[in-house]
Parts: sequence; C-alpha cells; structure tokens
Amino acid sequence: MIACYIRGAGIAAPGLPGFPAARDTLRGVAPYVFAAETAYAPELLPPNERRRATASVRQAFRAAEDAVKGSGRDASALASVFASSDADMAVLHRICAALAQEPRVISPTDFHNSVHNAASGYWSIAVHSMALTTTLSAYDASFAIGLIEAAALVAAHRDVLLVAYDAVAPQPLLGKRPLAMSAGVALILSADAGGAAFGRIDVSLEAAAETACAVAALEPLRVANPALRALPLFELLAGRRAGIVNLRGTGEMCAQVSFTP
Amino acid sequence: MKPLAISAYTVTSAVGAGRAAHVDALRAERTGLTEQRFEDSALACWTGAVAGIEATALPRGLASFDCRNNRLAELALAQDGFSDAVGAARARYGARRIGVFIGTSTSGVRHTELAYRARAEAASDALPDWFDYRTTQCTGSIAEFTRLRLGLSGLASAVSAACASSAKVFASAARAIEAGFCDAAIVGGVDSLCLTTLYGFNALQLVSPEICRPADAARKGLSIGEAGGFALLERAPRSGAVACLGVGETSDAHHMSQPRPDGAVAKLAMAAALGSLPPERVSYINLHGTATPANDAAEDAAVSALFGAHVPCSSTKGWTGHTLGAAGIVEAALSLLVIEQGFMPRSLNTRELDPKLSAAVLLAARAGKVEYVLSNSFGFGGTNCSVLFGAAP
Repeated sequence: MIACYIRGAGIAAPGLPGFPAARDTLRGVAPYVFAAETAYAPELLPPNERRRATASVRQAFRAAEDAVKGSGRDASALASVFASSDADMAVLHRICAALAQEPRVISPTDFHNSVHNAASGYWSIAVHSMALTTTLSAYDASFAIGLIEAAALVAAHRDVLLVAYDAVAPQPLLGKRPLAMSAGVALILSADAGGAAFGRIDVSLEAAAETACAVAALEPLRVANPALRALPLFELLAGRRAGIVNLRGTGEMCAQVSFTP
Repeated sequence: MKPLAISAYTVTSAVGAGRAAHVDALRAERTGLTEQRFEDSALACWTGAVAGIEATALPRGLASFDCRNNRLAELALAQDGFSDAVGAARARYGARRIGVFIGTSTSGVRHTELAYRARAEAASDALPDWFDYRTTQCTGSIAEFTRLRLGLSGLASAVSAACASSAKVFASAARAIEAGFCDAAIVGGVDSLCLTTLYGFNALQLVSPEICRPADAARKGLSIGEAGGFALLERAPRSGAVACLGVGETSDAHHMSQPRPDGAVAKLAMAAALGSLPPERVSYINLHGTATPANDAAEDAAVSALFGAHVPCSSTKGWTGHTLGAAGIVEAALSLLVIEQGFMPRSLNTRELDPKLSAAVLLAARAGKVEYVLSNSFGFGGTNCSVLFGAAP
C-alpha cells in the first residue's frame, strides 16, 4: 500500500466544469445538471502549440490546468503520468480515411499528433518541464493503471501530476468505441504531507468489485468515459469524507483507494 | 533503482525469430531490411518485415485479438522458451503478482486501416462488423493480449510514448516492483508495419529512399521495421548475473517531432541511467541512431557531452530498421546479447562517418569483454529514455 498526499485535484466533464465548481455536485448537495463543455484553449500552451493541439490534448489540459491552478505547485517540477485509453480518435479517423483513398496524403501535423503521448509532449513544452513523463493505456482501466504508476512514482519520492482523459470519437469510430462524453480528471500527488490540501490516499491493488458512484445521478458518467472511472474517489475528495473505493483495473484487480481527509 | 534480474528474454525482428537468429545476423553483418514494399504501399523505401506473421494463428480463446500486431506478439512469445519461463514464474508468484508492461506506438492500427479500406470499398458509412476496436486498435490491447496469453491476472499496462515506449517499460516495471504492486514483471514491446507510419514519416520527409545509414555523412533518414520482444524481470539478481541496473527518463520540452539539437536533456536521461557508475566504465552504447539527420546529430551531441569520444557505440537499426515502439526492447535484447557474446556490432550500412559527429561510432565490429551497456531510445513528444545493463553487484 502506497501513501500519497493530494496537493491538487482537477476535473473537466459535461456538468462538472472544474473541481471548485463541481464540488457540491460531487458531494451530493447540488443536483447534477448536464451542460455541454464549452470550447477550451489551454492557457499554458505557446500559440503555435495551442493552434495544433487536438481535442484530446485540450481535454487533458483542461483537467491538468484545473488541478495545477488549485495547488499552488510549480508544474515544471512535477513528474507526470498521462493515462488515456484512446488518445486522439479524430486524428486516427483522418489518417485512416486518408489512407483508404487516392492519393494517400497524411498531414504532418496529424501524424505528430497521432502519437499516444501527444498530450504529455505538449504538457512538457507548456510548463517547460524536463522531468520524466509517461503515457499509459489500459482501455476502461486507464485511470487505475495511471494511478498505480503515479503512486509508484510517489513511492520513489517524486511529486506527480496524474492526468486521465479521453475524447469522443467522430463516426464511424464512435460506433466501435461509443464513449458518451469527453472528460478528464487530474490529481497532484506527493509523498510529503506538508500542505496537502485534500488529505491522503493509500493505493493498493486488490481483487474486488468496482465501486459505483455514491451520487446516483453521477453513475452514468462513471461508465461514460475511462477517466470518469475515478468519480467515486472524487466524490470522497469533494465531500472530505473518509472511505474506500475500488476503481476498474486490469485482470482480476481493482485499484483500491482508501481516502483519509 | 534496485537492480532487476532478467530471468528470460526474447526478440523477433526482420532479422529473424529468437535470440540465436540475432546473434548470427549481428556476426554475419546480415541486414533484415529489404527493398520490398509493405503490402500495397506506393512508397519506394526499405522495410524490415518479420517473416511468418501471416501464418501465425492466435489461440482460439483469443481470436478476437487477431490483428498484425497481436500476431507478431504471439510469434515473439513462442521463441526462446519465453512462455515456459513465465509459466514457472507464475507458479512461484501467482498469476496476480506478475505485472505486464508493454510498449507500442501504433498497436493494431493496421487493422483499423484495413477496416477503413473495407468501408471505402463497400461505400458504407459504418466500419465492418469484423472490426473490434478494444481488442485490436486500442493501445491497451497489446498489454491485455500479452497478459491473457501468459495466463496472468494482475496489472496490464501499455506504455505508449512513441519510439521510447519499450525502453520506458523497464522504468514502469521497476517502480511497480519496488512499490510492491507486483513481485515480477513482463516487459516488452510490439510494433508492426502499417501505412500510418510509412506515410506519416514520409510526410515529415524522414524516410530514406535507400537503406538506412546511421551516422553516415550522406544519411537520408530511417527505414521502418517491425518487431516484438519480451523480458521477465525479477527482484534481487544473483551477483554477477546480467541485470537491468538503471533507467533514466527525461523530456526535451522542445518540439513535438524534432529532438532538441544540443542533446542536453537526452544527456540527463543517460546520466540518470548510469546513476553512480562513472561514464568511462560503460563498454558500449547502443544508440537510438535512427539515421535521420537531426536525430543522429542531437544524440551525438548528448553522447559526446557525457562520454567524450571514448566509448564505442553504434546503432543496430541497419539490421532491424527503426521498429518504433518496439525499438527499446529490441535494443535491450541486443544489448544483452552484446554482453553475453563479448561482441560489439558496427554501425551497419554506414559508409562514410559524418565528420560532424564526434562520438566513437564503430565502423568495424569489435570483440572483447563487455561489462556495461547503455541503450538509448528517444521519441516524438521529446521523450528520452536510457537503460543500463550489466553484471549485478
């Protein structure tokens, strides 16, 4: 079991526009109201990269910038873990559609944006961070796999930004990967208890059944996007309520997260 | 990091299937690259295709994972007794306690390309029924396939950081073992030929019309290959056994598809992998050495800054081509073979060394005791990873 102190939390999903604004909904004292996300221009990106950033990169930045803003941490000093099932399916669609017709012409920008670690690359440029960053994928278990990696980094005495994000695909890919909404979540984790705004989580890998959302209106969101598999944990954070949640993992395992405010 | 035992490993590339084929090809200086075009690609370039993928069948229970990338994984897992070694480890640790960390850059995208082709031919709006996104295209598919194929039921993570993916798996596995999330790990990398990377790198003018010539004065770019490789990592190697001793990871924070020209941040990754080992103790460096003008120059700056012109080095991409997300594990396996064989390969296809490079690039193979080998992998997004192999203390 690895102890991590939470220095910041971020969320970006329809009806959950940033952790401060979403807090009352997450703790069940304000109703959940669906509201489509507005367009978002990442604040930290230089203009060239901002212009080239794809929908999934913007989704990642939206959650990450929310977490960093609330934390008062220097983002350049943080190691980072980016967890995404599908990276950018709009880019995948454009490339595969272009290759299915003559002449086969791929845009160079699409190609460099097609790498799964595009968000991580843009992030390191945005915050001038030379620290280690990694990018993981595990389908609907992507948040849990990212959290395990982030906790392992905390165990190695690194302060870590964890960002989980996925963006809805265009058709015809949407029919094969039917995410109901784009979303992102982010956490800033540290081994150091000093100044932890959100308390502590203890992370382990357990054979257990997944925990559903405590707020019934949020349960459809939990299964609407791999990043939102984290919602049961965000409910505890928002409510400053001790508890244990099991988040969708791989094989027989869940990431078990015990929260102490 | 604490040294990790490498209890088993295997590699399959255009050079051949398994370790012996790679030793033979390295010694005979026989490339696996051919001038053959991949399927119906219109691009005139050299490629490194693996023989036998088309004839490889997945086990019946895993038929939904069928695609070029997972077939390549299946073929690679069948070599060098690797699956049997994992079976023995599973009996020791339990299926939940062995983590799976597999690098890939494009996963099953060839399958998606074929699905889009079928859609265009059928003049349909929808993708064909046979296309299963989760088990083929999804980046996580390769880790899930490997986990299921090896009878494991714990962590399964696909690391996808472009061409550094399957070097970074060593770092993820080391951290997970040290943190206690698993007791042993399968690390690996699998990337297969597809039109996306051929046409994509071509759009960036990085594909050579000739065979790739790393470090050559007239190098024109990379040759793309495909490969799969795996290693079984465990705690506490016995003293003297060849082990993974260190991993360094940094980010250039410079550009999405170009390396930072001065190599200053790549150098930090190499230094982090060495830890307290003095640079002059390194016997050989397996370069990333893609043979693009910019990569080889930036890497040379990094290597020269840390090692001067003293440590012999070469890229082995003249044999395998650039296997992208599999390059890290392929070159890890070749680094281990270099240590075992006491044989340092030359920079294959290099005719005239670029006079602007200053590292000690080998133009002829060299025999002798090899103690420590550093392997470099760099990728889009500015990601740098170096891995150190050598005898455990």
